Amino acid sequence: MTYIPHTDADRKAMLEAIGVDSLDDLFDAVPADLRFPELDLPPGLSEMETAWELNGLASANVAANDFALFLGAGAYNHFIPSVVNHILLRGEFYTAYTPYQPELSQGTLQAIFEYQSMMCALTGMDVANASHYDGATSLAEAVIVANAHFRGKRSKIILSPGVNPQYRAVVRTYHQGNDLKFVGDKGSATVPDLVDMLDDDTAMLVVSYPNFFGQIDDLTGLAKSVHDAGALLCMVVDPIALGLFKSPGELGADIVVGEGQPLGIPLSFGGPYLGFFATREKFVRKIAGRIVGETVDADGRRAYVMTLRPREQDIRREKATSNICTNQGLMALAACVYMSVMGKHGLRRAAELCYHKAHYAAQQIDALEGYSVDMSQPFFKEFVVACPEPVAAINDVLLEHWGIIGGYDLSKDYPARENQMLLAVTEMNTKDEIDTLVEALRSAPDDIANHAHHHHHHS
Amino acid sequence: MADWKTPDNAKYTENDEWIIVDGDTAKVGLTDYAQDQLSDIVFVDMQVEVGDTVSAGDSFATVESVKAASDVYAPASGEVVAVNSALDDTPETINGDPFGAGWMIEIKLSDAGELDGLLDAAAYAKHCAEREG
Repeated sequence: MTYIPHTDADRKAMLEAIGVDSLDDLFDAVPADLRFPELDLPPGLSEMETAWELNGLASANVAANDFALFLGAGAYNHFIPSVVNHILLRGEFYTAYTPYQPELSQGTLQAIFEYQSMMCALTGMDVANASHYDGATSLAEAVIVANAHFRGKRSKIILSPGVNPQYRAVVRTYHQGNDLKFVGDKGSATVPDLVDMLDDDTAMLVVSYPNFFGQIDDLTGLAKSVHDAGALLCMVVDPIALGLFKSPGELGADIVVGEGQPLGIPLSFGGPYLGFFATREKFVRKIAGRIVGETVDADGRRAYVMTLRPREQDIRREKATSNICTNQGLMALAACVYMSVMGKHGLRRAAELCYHKAHYAAQQIDALEGYSVDMSQPFFKEFVVACPEPVAAINDVLLEHWGIIGGYDLSKDYPARENQMLLAVTEMNTKDEIDTLVEALRSAPDDIANHAHHHHHHS
Repeated sequence: MADWKTPDNAKYTENDEWIIVDGDTAKVGLTDYAQDQLSDIVFVDMQVEVGDTVSAGDSFATVESVKAASDVYAPASGEVVAVNSALDDTPETINGDPFGAGWMIEIKLSDAGELDGLLDAAAYAKHCAEREG
């Protein structure tokens, strides 16, 4: 059996139809010397040799399970009950895609429906879709909804600098072909500063909750200001934080997006992750992605269907709300199982553990000479530490001497935040780990100085 | 063969919109044939508001039925003076009364001469019948 269904006769007919002599003629636009570059590949390996090779490469990684991990900044080390993976690996569920003959797969549709329902409960929204690739693409889709809602008549999107820098970069990439202006995030604008930027050209204002620095900004009255300007309010949220803090729905958000990775999905070197997207019912026909609905079949029995299909590209073609129909079905299932197992109280307990452990760590570190933690605003599981040395140098010491993966170097994205480390503490960090981190930070400046001296001595 | 209403006081496009002139304004909607082809209409996405201007051939709305999503085009140019907002909550009105309560927008014609290029009732009825053949 061949995997390529076209016969030579098929190819000949197709080439004739477009007036080309051979397949090679289709590649005329590519310079001849670039068409078949020398690949310089080593000889093939057996399966056993390949496993050795890949295991050798993998062992060069620093894995979350083997170290005390205090790195967050958008991806978080939370506990994953083992039942999550057991359900994911069942053959009935094991695909990343929503099925192409969806109604045949009632179990998959039911899982997606339950995922959507729990995301709505968590965010306080009316409707959630079956997911996007990750938090960043969900935010880019929120911008598309705002643009469609105003039919392109409002061109300004206000982004808080507290939105994850990678999300803001992805949003700009997504929208580089249209006339939208992204403003607000180049300096250190506060929420009131962002409110001052609202005008009748503003389509949407985007804040993060908590913000990228872990803080819970005071968003009281924000929705009213945004709505008084006729604009939409989008909130980028940490789903674990919603176990503890007021929901975006209560705060008046119109669209809620975020990264679903904390909900039962391992760090996995950056993916696959899960973009969640929830909104008010009045925007449902403008949103991308697939939506599963509950209905009854001809005999009155409960059944699940793909609903509101005319939004999607297979029907609407170039006028579809978005060209993204794919979701992260398997990751949405993981989140669904995680939320089911944790329940409302379990999620709150996990959030409380994060909160209390992070606050314990922050207080201990703030007491260290040379370090300070900005605790002027409420924060959740992350906080910013002003360090006496560059973050990269401190992280080297933490890893090499203490087996600790340190925090995120904020100067990478915020040049003004030199020597500032973003630390994340979750329920996975034990008190021992935190106390060791504090000791490690205490001695880090001396270790760095000795190291430099050592190098100097031998140069 | 079905028998679709094609009132004589309307002009028609080949894309199944109708326009009925009343003084210096005209109402626009989808024909009986169009609603029958679409079957149950579940949503009207109106893409213009009062004060906007449309040119003949511009898409001004998308109509979703249980079978498809279809763009609706302006048969003539002019300023939008009214939009049938009742369709937001009861889009099925287009199925029940396409030439009456199911009207979609009302425009102030900028060039009444454009209407001469449209089909009359007899020509449009023939156009429908041909497609059924």
